[in-house]
Amino acid sequence: MQVGLSHFLILAALLFALGLVAVITKRNAVTVLMGVELILNAANLNFIAFARYLDHDLDGQVIGIFVIIIAAANVAVALAIVLNIYQRLRSVNLDEADSLAG
Amino acid sequence: MTTFDLMFYVIAGAMLVSAAVMVFGRNIIYNAVGLLFTFIGVAGLYVLLGADFLAATQMLIYVGGILVLLLFGVMLSQKITGLVMRTGTLQVLPAVIVCAGVAAILIRLILSNDWAVTKPPELPATTATLGTLLLSDYLIPFEIVSILLLAALVGAAYIARRESR
Repeated sequence: MQVGLSHFLILAALLFALGLVAVITKRNAVTVLMGVELILNAANLNFIAFARYLDHDLDGQVIGIFVIIIAAANVAVALAIVLNIYQRLRSVNLDEADSLAG
Repeated sequence: MTTFDLMFYVIAGAMLVSAAVMVFGRNIIYNAVGLLFTFIGVAGLYVLLGADFLAATQMLIYVGGILVLLLFGVMLSQKITGLVMRTGTLQVLPAVIVCAGVAAILIRLILSNDWAVTKPPELPATTATLGTLLLSDYLIPFEIVSILLLAALVGAAYIARRESR
């Protein structure tokens, strides 16, 4: 079977599901961030595949660049928060950072 | 099977294996290495899809920037000399079942849809066109995202600073 749009979409769906597993199950905040990056990559792959097979223009690639930029901003702020949590609690396990829970 | 198909299957297989290492690996350094190869695989798929500039951006920003930042996060928040490099997991079996369900629904949706695929044109170089688009049609989002990036980096530097008490 010729590799086409649906192959790329299925691969992105599998990557998304794997990232979701990491976000749900991991206790370490840094690995949760890795899962978020995996999900963003899956979404980006969809954008590029659609731009290639359906639109034939570069709009999808421009959106892909924006997604990469926002992922970079996202990971910078999140890591700053993680380091701050570590300084306060000496741990980056997410279930121990519960002082806001009622 | 053409070269394109072969390349796709090789890259996709390597990506899925390394993503599984990233998700199910116990050692956090192994997770980071799995993520590294997943990012490289995504860059390879961008090349297959004709997005040459985006593949280079992926390598520079994800592999060169975000992954190094994540590794710094690991180094600064773990006791490297101890044995606490493990990352605990919670509720693995229910999460895997739910996410497999989500993936099954998505794949069923993708396969049941009759995508209006038209034959892709020949691959032109995209960099010049992307630059023109960013400074014409996408000028406002481009400027907004640059302000966002500046604000995020200043905010990150401010948050990560040790408080003087």
